[in-house]
Amino acid sequence: MKEFTLQCPIPINDYPKVLLAHGGGGKLMHQLIEKMFKTAFGNEYLAQGHDSTTLNLPTGKIAYTTDSYVVKPLFFPGSDIGKLAIYGTVNDLSMSGAKPLYISLGLIIEEGFEMELLWKVVTSIKEATDEADVKIVTGDTKVVDKGKGDGIFINTSGIGIIEHQLNISPNSIRKGDVILINGDVGSHGMAIMSEREGLEFGTKIQSDCAPLNLIVEEIINAGIDVHCMRDLTRGGLTSAMNELAEQSKSEILIIEDSVPVREDVQGACEMLGFDPFYVANEGKFIAIVPAKDAEKCLGIMKKNEYGKDSGIIGRVTGTDKSGIVKLKSSIGTVRILDMLSGEQLPRIC
Amino acid sequence: MKYINEYRDKESAERYSQLIHNITTKQWNIMEVCGGQTHTIVKYGIDELLPKGINLIHGPGCPVCVTSLELIDKSIEIASQKNVIFCSFGDMMRVPGSKKDLLSVKAEGGDVRMLYSPLDAVKIAQENPAKEVIFFAVGFETTAPANAMSVYVAKERGFKNFSILVSHVLVPPAMEAILSSENNRVQGFLAAGHVCTVMGYNEYFPIAEKYKVPIVVTGFEPLDILQGIYMVVKQLEEGRAEVENQYSRAVQQEGNIKAQEIIGKVFKVGTRKWRGIGEIPDSGLVLQDEYIEYDASLKFGLADMVVEEPKECISGLILQGIKKPNECPAFGKICTPEHPLGATMVSSEGACAAYYRYRKQ
Repeated sequence: MKEFTLQCPIPINDYPKVLLAHGGGGKLMHQLIEKMFKTAFGNEYLAQGHDSTTLNLPTGKIAYTTDSYVVKPLFFPGSDIGKLAIYGTVNDLSMSGAKPLYISLGLIIEEGFEMELLWKVVTSIKEATDEADVKIVTGDTKVVDKGKGDGIFINTSGIGIIEHQLNISPNSIRKGDVILINGDVGSHGMAIMSEREGLEFGTKIQSDCAPLNLIVEEIINAGIDVHCMRDLTRGGLTSAMNELAEQSKSEILIIEDSVPVREDVQGACEMLGFDPFYVANEGKFIAIVPAKDAEKCLGIMKKNEYGKDSGIIGRVTGTDKSGIVKLKSSIGTVRILDMLSGEQLPRIC
Repeated sequence: MKYINEYRDKESAERYSQLIHNITTKQWNIMEVCGGQTHTIVKYGIDELLPKGINLIHGPGCPVCVTSLELIDKSIEIASQKNVIFCSFGDMMRVPGSKKDLLSVKAEGGDVRMLYSPLDAVKIAQENPAKEVIFFAVGFETTAPANAMSVYVAKERGFKNFSILVSHVLVPPAMEAILSSENNRVQGFLAAGHVCTVMGYNEYFPIAEKYKVPIVVTGFEPLDILQGIYMVVKQLEEGRAEVENQYSRAVQQEGNIKAQEIIGKVFKVGTRKWRGIGEIPDSGLVLQDEYIEYDASLKFGLADMVVEEPKECISGLILQGIKKPNECPAFGKICTPEHPLGATMVSSEGACAAYYRYRKQ
């Protein structure tokens, strides 16, 4: 691999902005791939230089997933679209207990996008792949007419290998299982929200964007009988819990006071009339494990950098034919924790 | 979080619940006026903590819910026009008009923007001099000062391309309308705390005296509500009908004088049509004559628009506290947050939406 530089390798004076020709298949596109993408991501797979990449995988099960990233603003406190695009896919793979290895990267760039900014995104993607220990093995670039995109959209897909014998899925959820979370909820959504709307809350709320493959690997390697995992992205904790309850036909009880919410996030939510349980996260997941393994699992999670504030937040309390999530409120009453029908909208007063 | 978590404390809630049990000897119907209070009651299951005899009736204090269908249709008509930027608080975006909502107008290419402050709309008007910028001025007395300020600032700076679609409603006339109705069951009120931070509570003394009802200015956290209920029940049991202030950490008797001044400068009291209820005299705010050029309804020639409301939605009865959401045949069946018949199923402060979200029944 060539030495990685912090300077944008495309001659900025010649091409300060991305042109249609940078996706047109000609010399400019070749230059972009060679100078920028290969400089950042160069590895033996990209070096194959074919229409498709040949991968060597151990025989057995693999996990495969895809996701698209359209976040605005592109850079926000705590993270950016590049890291999100890698960690999002890494985390989806991790939730089936897979070890993420290979990532595809598709960029849809709007004509006129600043070349320096593209380099900043690419640099961030590079840092994220290093941190999560995955390789970009194939990619694609398209440039669309000015006004036909919104800066940059990213699609990634990923392949991970499954080395364990567990059946990590909603089907494995059983009555009596314990639900653990790796930290506080709502910070990603509120970081984006306050940046997008220019809201000031005294402190800058930081996104929790983080790769979860290592913490998951540690849980599995410790022999925890993981029944299910889910990352808490759009729709937050509530949507994830409702999906799992429905898929496993379970009744789930969450204890409101046991779910950590940072004070700045709670404050922002209170002001806007949002409920942090519905707000997006990008570095949080829940693990559902048998009661016998719960304390051990908690101990492992707490030792990981991305699990210091882990805790037990609830239990699977029974079965229910359509699945139901209940919440024990801070004043001790019990109510339904339902999925939202649309986006949360800020209330009037 | 300071000033929040203390008011969601389990032991204090249990203590107040016990106090209410101790003093209650009869059946009492108490109305919480504000939709924010309804939301807290249903979200925290506060009614579960009360004696069986205490019946909470959910009041009309959800600004989204009481905005007339006519005004929603006007907003959609204006927002659909070319060369306009239509701005609104987020809550209004999904409220169904006769045919569609503001989010659909946005999806069809209309420039509809969700704002947090009406002053942001004035800024947009300044930045887009070739476009008409309209702010949907919805709300009770709580949002009136900021909405008034937007018009005041626009006039001061001479922006001709800014106007507001006024939908302001006032709480005390609505309470009187409920009390003077022959179907009235309300025996005591939890008055809307945030309205009173602006207006104070001097307006309530004549109402309490005339209709012989206790009125307690109440906040929005679970303990506020429990304490407010305790204060109303205590008055009812002792045969008193007074105005008291539970929400003293935010409300002063005379209210916020500065805020009242700007309201009075820009707005005057006028007749307003309430969704599901109909016209209530002197129950709304309209622009003062000297600010009439900022009235979007006039500017866009929609002043005479009249729209009939659909019959199957009983939100009017719900807003008056005559029926509860789960007593509506459409509730949860043909009327859901995905396909709302009326606004009470849309806003997070709407009683139907709160029942659906937290109880599904």
